[in-house]
Amino acid sequence: MELGAINPVLLLASLMVAATPLLLAAIGELVAEKAGVLNLGVEGMMIVGAICGFAVAVETANPFIGFLAAALGGALLSLLFALLTQVALANQVASGLALTLFGLGLSALMGQGYVGIKPPPTPRLDLPVLSDLPVIGRVLFSHDPILYLGLFIAAAVWYLLRFTRAGLILRSVGENHDAAHALGYKVVRIRILAILFGGACAGLGGAYISLIRVPQWTEGMTAGVGWIALALVVFASWKPWRAVLGAYLFGGVTVMQLNLQAAGVAIPVEYLAMSPYLITILVLVILSADKSNAPASLGKTFHASS
Amino acid sequence: MKFTSLLTGAALALGLASTALADDPTKVGFVYVGPVGDGGWTYEHDQGRKAVEAEFGDAVETVFVENVAEGPDAERVMTQMALDGADLIFTTSFGFMDPTINVASKFPNVKFEHATGYKRADNVSTYSARFYEGRAIQGHIAGKMTESNIIGYIASFPIPEVIRGINAAYLHAARVNPDVEFKIIWVYTWFDPAKEADAAKALIEQGADVVLQHTDSTAPQAAAQEAGNVITFGQASDMEQYAPMPRVSSIIDNWAPYYIERTRAVMEGTWESVDTWDGIPTGMVEIGEITDAVPEDVKAEALAMKEAIRAGDYHPFTGPLKKQDGSDWLADGEVADDATLASMSFYLEGLEGEIPN
Repeated sequence: MELGAINPVLLLASLMVAATPLLLAAIGELVAEKAGVLNLGVEGMMIVGAICGFAVAVETANPFIGFLAAALGGALLSLLFALLTQVALANQVASGLALTLFGLGLSALMGQGYVGIKPPPTPRLDLPVLSDLPVIGRVLFSHDPILYLGLFIAAAVWYLLRFTRAGLILRSVGENHDAAHALGYKVVRIRILAILFGGACAGLGGAYISLIRVPQWTEGMTAGVGWIALALVVFASWKPWRAVLGAYLFGGVTVMQLNLQAAGVAIPVEYLAMSPYLITILVLVILSADKSNAPASLGKTFHASS
Repeated sequence: MKFTSLLTGAALALGLASTALADDPTKVGFVYVGPVGDGGWTYEHDQGRKAVEAEFGDAVETVFVENVAEGPDAERVMTQMALDGADLIFTTSFGFMDPTINVASKFPNVKFEHATGYKRADNVSTYSARFYEGRAIQGHIAGKMTESNIIGYIASFPIPEVIRGINAAYLHAARVNPDVEFKIIWVYTWFDPAKEADAAKALIEQGADVVLQHTDSTAPQAAAQEAGNVITFGQASDMEQYAPMPRVSSIIDNWAPYYIERTRAVMEGTWESVDTWDGIPTGMVEIGEITDAVPEDVKAEALAMKEAIRAGDYHPFTGPLKKQDGSDWLADGEVADDATLASMSFYLEGLEGEIPN
């Protein structure tokens, strides 16, 4: 065992990268669920975002246009879910699962010409003084802009939900759609917007994997991150900062366990491999002892006539 | 009147059906563990499937299911294929072994071929390639080229196949560079680009300047490229898009001749349950181009080893060899037998760490 082989600065830096796709997807889903919509199609929206972002970034040789396209792609796919559940009043669970399957298939089709291609590199932020700071500079100030965008979105969602009128309306729609409707709020419209936001965030998260974390396109490359994001929202008791914490914890333990293995730490590999799931769930369960509940109308179909 | 016409119709339909049956193309199914676009393991199996189609044309019909999880799902997929009339089913991952045996016992008339397993039955053949021959060559190049003397290895599951690969690579790296150290990460997946990329990054951050992998995606190559000055090898497939650096050579699985031969055996009714384990001599294992990033003399040595293996003059596991715990395994000049290799569950002397259970 040689723990000295692990460089804590590089470890911290790479845990932030590993956490970002999860964070983006979880924040998007959190907003949708706060509005009372349970969209199980996160994985599908992520993978479609991954290929949309990848394809456009390759074609335009500009990763940022790629990310924009990824957000659009994810949102477009989620629009399908919105039409099914909000207009056609289909079951949300079934529609979400169908969305994931559809997204996986669609992305494989779209990605056929993009296997084995290298995407344009996403530049790292290079702030004159901050990036040069010892330790902190490498950990905090020399990542790609999308990583900061993820944190910014999380902060903005927290602020919006907690302090603004728009956030209050969104939450009321999620808690009791009949009451919100009686007060004159457009329940369906608000929910569709929330779904689109969730889709855009999931798309960004997917593109983060295909453009920065891996970076290349392969079918099925999101490999379950969307499902972990779904679980994370629940374990974070629908609170944005806990979702951030959960994502960083999960990303951190994932990277940490690989580093521990490489350093030859004498903990059985099986325990290390399951540690990200166990530790994240454990911490969030302890944190959620304050009895925060799910939005009351979560997953329920709304129709103005009923 | 109506009744007779009905009967005639039925008889006609039956007749048609039986002639249709006689002309039925031979149906060959493939069960894949990853997506056909993984650029590695499953990609090469699918190339083999396409070769079967190209060889026999309309006389065969191939079907495949990709991304099949190693578990109950695999049994469902195989059962469905057998019910749909497949005559021959290739199941191409170690974890499909028990499902294959289970389903095969329910369909005695369907032939099964399981890749990399060791359980057989009257209608189940096994086949695998001697990848360790290629890994010995990679180990040689890795040992010669590493400057940090740290070689990273991304391992999938602790099965004999993977352990054999680690041993073969380590043995030949250590032989040309006694200071070499292997850092091994078990990722418990065949295909998860994000995890493979993270593993490669962790190894590189800990000083590895050579990364070997026993997983199926090209994510480690991408990570190595970003890090710069790290070399990798194509696994299962050539992964030439990363040549000449970081990918400096590769092990390629060439299943096409085997798939064509076995399909022909089913069509001609000569199929028998066999155990095939071929390597460099028959071309089932190929070594992809060794690029100019490798010094000339190292390249020549690697090619010489390949030629010696092809000619049967050299076996990568030739004694004297000891196990990790210091006990003797092979005496001087003794060559490992296939049974021991097929069930290999120990590290060779010099490797650190334990094999997970």
